[in-house]
Amino acid sequence: MKPAPFGYADPTTVEDALDVLAADEGAKVLAGGQSLLPLLSMRLAAPTTLVDINRVPGLDGIEATRDGVRVGALVRHVALLGSTEAAAVQPLLGRATANVAHPAIRNRGTTVGSIAHADPSGELTSVLALTDGSVTVATPGGRETVGWRDFFVGPLETSVHGPAVVLDAFFPALPARSGTAFAEIARRKGDYAVCGAGVVVTLDADRRVASARAAYLSVGLVPEVHDLTDAVAGKPVDSADWAAAGELARGLVDPDGDLHASADYRRLLVGTLTGRTLAQAAAEAAGRTA
Amino acid sequence: MTTKLFGEPVRRREDARLITGQGRYLDDIGSSAYAAAFLRSPYAHARIVDVDVTAAVDVEGLLAVYTYEDLVGPMAEPLPVLIPHPQLTSPRTGYPLAKDVVHHVGEAVVMVVATDRYVAEDALDKIAVTYEELPVVVGVDAARAAVHAVHDDVPDNVAARHHQETGDVEPALAASPHTLSFTQYFERSAAMPMEGKGVHARWDGDDSSLRVYTSTQASTSVRAAIAAKLQLSLERVEVIAPDVGGGFGVKIVHPWPEELLVPMAARLLGHEVKWSEDRREHFTSSAHERQQRQEVTVGYDDDGRITALDVHIWHDNGAYTPYGIIVPIVTATQLVGPYVVPVYRVQVESVFTNTVIVTPYRGAGRPQGCFAMERAMDRIAQERGLDRAEVRLRNLIQADQFPYDHHLTFQDGRPVVYDSGDYVGLMDKLKALVHWDSFEDRRTEARARGRHLGIGMAMYVEGTGPGPYEGGHVQVLGSGKVLVSTGLTSQGQGHETVFAQLVASELGVPMEDVEVTTGDTRRFGYAVGTFASRAAVMSGNAVALAARGVKEKALRIAADVLEVDPGDLEIDEGLVQVKGTPGASIPLRTVAVLSNPLRYAFDEAAKQATQFAGPGDDSKPPVAAGDAPGLEHTDYYSPVRSTFASGAHAAVVEIDPMTWEIEVVDYAVVHDCGNVVNPMIVEGQVHGGVAQGVGGALYERMAYDRDGQLQNASFMDFLMPYASEVPDVVIDHQETASPLNPLGLKGAGEAGVIPGSAAIASAIEDAVGRRIAAMPISPTELYDLVRSDADQVTNTVGPTNATGAMA
Repeated sequence: MKPAPFGYADPTTVEDALDVLAADEGAKVLAGGQSLLPLLSMRLAAPTTLVDINRVPGLDGIEATRDGVRVGALVRHVALLGSTEAAAVQPLLGRATANVAHPAIRNRGTTVGSIAHADPSGELTSVLALTDGSVTVATPGGRETVGWRDFFVGPLETSVHGPAVVLDAFFPALPARSGTAFAEIARRKGDYAVCGAGVVVTLDADRRVASARAAYLSVGLVPEVHDLTDAVAGKPVDSADWAAAGELARGLVDPDGDLHASADYRRLLVGTLTGRTLAQAAAEAAGRTA
Repeated sequence: MTTKLFGEPVRRREDARLITGQGRYLDDIGSSAYAAAFLRSPYAHARIVDVDVTAAVDVEGLLAVYTYEDLVGPMAEPLPVLIPHPQLTSPRTGYPLAKDVVHHVGEAVVMVVATDRYVAEDALDKIAVTYEELPVVVGVDAARAAVHAVHDDVPDNVAARHHQETGDVEPALAASPHTLSFTQYFERSAAMPMEGKGVHARWDGDDSSLRVYTSTQASTSVRAAIAAKLQLSLERVEVIAPDVGGGFGVKIVHPWPEELLVPMAARLLGHEVKWSEDRREHFTSSAHERQQRQEVTVGYDDDGRITALDVHIWHDNGAYTPYGIIVPIVTATQLVGPYVVPVYRVQVESVFTNTVIVTPYRGAGRPQGCFAMERAMDRIAQERGLDRAEVRLRNLIQADQFPYDHHLTFQDGRPVVYDSGDYVGLMDKLKALVHWDSFEDRRTEARARGRHLGIGMAMYVEGTGPGPYEGGHVQVLGSGKVLVSTGLTSQGQGHETVFAQLVASELGVPMEDVEVTTGDTRRFGYAVGTFASRAAVMSGNAVALAARGVKEKALRIAADVLEVDPGDLEIDEGLVQVKGTPGASIPLRTVAVLSNPLRYAFDEAAKQATQFAGPGDDSKPPVAAGDAPGLEHTDYYSPVRSTFASGAHAAVVEIDPMTWEIEVVDYAVVHDCGNVVNPMIVEGQVHGGVAQGVGGALYERMAYDRDGQLQNASFMDFLMPYASEVPDVVIDHQETASPLNPLGLKGAGEAGVIPGSAAIASAIEDAVGRRIAAMPISPTELYDLVRSDADQVTNTVGPTNATGAMA
């Protein structure tokens, strides 16, 4: 299990990185390497050049504002996990990141790298979707913002082709009178989730359910967000039937089976996790709706 | 005696070295060695039409390419059938490199040697092998159906029919007041040591000799195999097991193709060559174990006492049978456990499949046997409306029935005669340890939390310490250092500590003065190997006997010097002294010096033994006839038969009926391995075994698809439990000494793993009220089980299960 020969570049500016990428069609960006390097070692991927962006300054910032949290391309999972500023603006970030693998992987792996990898079992891919977030992509032609719906096009596939570096991901702030929860079920602690769910519940001023939305991990080919409000719309937060919302979700998803879970079992978990996380999120929303 | 160490929880002396990176594992050896790598079959069954290496030859740094055509003499013959048996009527083994046909994915076809492993793998990428695919057989049921044959000349796929019976079972069943029958499956897992296999070979052309390091459980036997296959005289070959990062059975198999090919290449190239197995190779080209289909019929009376037992097993032995039918024999003979079975018949059909070979993995057939017997106990309890513990109690062999003869023949060819035990004692301790009788309160409490709680138990008897023999050598140096060596190997069990404890205890020296070497043929040439929970029993007794020999000689020499009777002497803290007479003493190290009469002195201590050092008895030769210079002794321990350890486990599982996740919340072990040399090490062995038992019950399986492709050949998808999945284990000991060996020991290595699947299956059944007919079981399978209408469901048949059992 040794990688095939590859070139290595460690540019110090985004422009230099784009130059290398433009000159070599087989080049790939290396950030934390937690997915890419195992693929190389197993010779499942054989990029001609690794463009290591770890020496590019300015990409390791977490910027939390009233509008949301911008996470730079070199921010490690562990940094986002520990950021109280980020958690204050968008609590889902920390809650989801706590479920990312194990400490050793969180120490090196990057949030944006995980999103650019576009694995539908990634925690932060689903959070990007649930929060209606976007990424900033640098190309030789300039920088553009790409919304999550346009970005994720398939498992391990994004809409970005050709020379490009994903510079950051932006997660909009949690709306007022809202609460969140995130939970996943894995065969072993820290494994890829068999199923995971992140939810946001928003109440109106009368503490009635205004909206309930969920995004799932390991359920579809790309992250998907489901609006479950219909099952609980207008219900007082203390008496809403969250299990009914879970049932609704169970009917909306269309998961595949694999070695670790049948499609049916995944649907069961979607229902259970949805009901449980919505109840938690609603309790939090109620606490924020004094 | 102040140097009492036997029975003390002495901390493992090897740990500081091993956990601070000071260990010397295979890959730490030979940094300038060339690297070998292997091209392995991507097909489970295929004819090799053509091997084209032309493109690889251009890879810079490639040094050699070998295929079957390059093998000569014994190397071109099939690998040995290590343990022949009359009932193994169709043994088959592969070749070091495949000849004509490959029989499983992962079989080695081409070996390349290059300047490093990267280049070697680059070269492999450029080798083109043309295969013609052949029909594939996966799983016991497909093998049994024999629509296709794994080996052309074995059309029924049956390698062996193993059969034992203790009476006429059919009339006994017919006469039984009640009978019940069931069919169940047990899945494949694997040993999965942290360190894979690995071989380093260095040929000394001037000396025409070979030194081989290999990550093995049997260095003396690897040495003999290399000498035979490479046509070298035995004394030209030395084989050393360095620090070995776990074995758990897979490294007892030998010679692995790589153990022959790497030395062959080193000799041909005149340069060190090394191969370190990677994890993907380990999954598809080492060994697995455990898949069986079991058909059980048991007769019993109104009280739940067994009257007769008839078991028919189909055992998946994979593509080849290098290790004979040891696993089938162990299942067949250990199945009966601690119970009285008046009439027993067992048939095991060992069948070929196009999968990785099956050889012993910790437990070695016992977990399957235990699963059959303990499920039968649970079913009898259910049928008779009895407590599961009570049914077991009624069937246990009683303390006054030892030695107890089951009239079976064990894996060592010797009778299954239980030497000693107290099985009722085990059960009493287990019930207390796990609060068996008050469990309903906990169940009620859990139900209030919306959880299903269940409890299960399982008992086992484990034949340990089989022969034929092990040896030990103990030598006291003039420095006072005590060198101990034994031929069997260590894979992290704590042998350095235990053997040092034993020798220090026997000899009366501080443990710090004792140095232990294992698995090095330069130090000890005769050995069998480390397997079957035998190291403490076999080498433990051997080194103790060797130490007693040294002590006897030391006392004889000291008695001469001190002019007393040897019987009046004792050794304590390295000092030979007259009992009850302070001051009348001589250090053991001085005795060691005096034991070797010298002409030449090379240090102060040695002067005492030279010819002008003092008055001697001119009438006697310096070394008496029949005596030998030096304070050392070699001895062997060879048991008349195996000794039988025993134990009882209980598991409590909590199940979330909204997700069907299964958590083992309590795990209790009562363990009897005879006299305990080091309780801390025994507990560590039990902990590790339980972890593997939980893995086998709830997480691990080899997921082969119908084409014989292993779907989960990585630690991402093969779910070895993490520490987070393994429960805390509470342990109680019982010590029933073995009457068979001087130290009263029984083996402890495999015990922890044996009843895991049986106990956990029992607990899950108790929690959900559905019968479990296959292990392991995962949440998705449990969900299928509880939704099914059938009273008895085999969860091997389901859409999610891509395993061999249903393929």
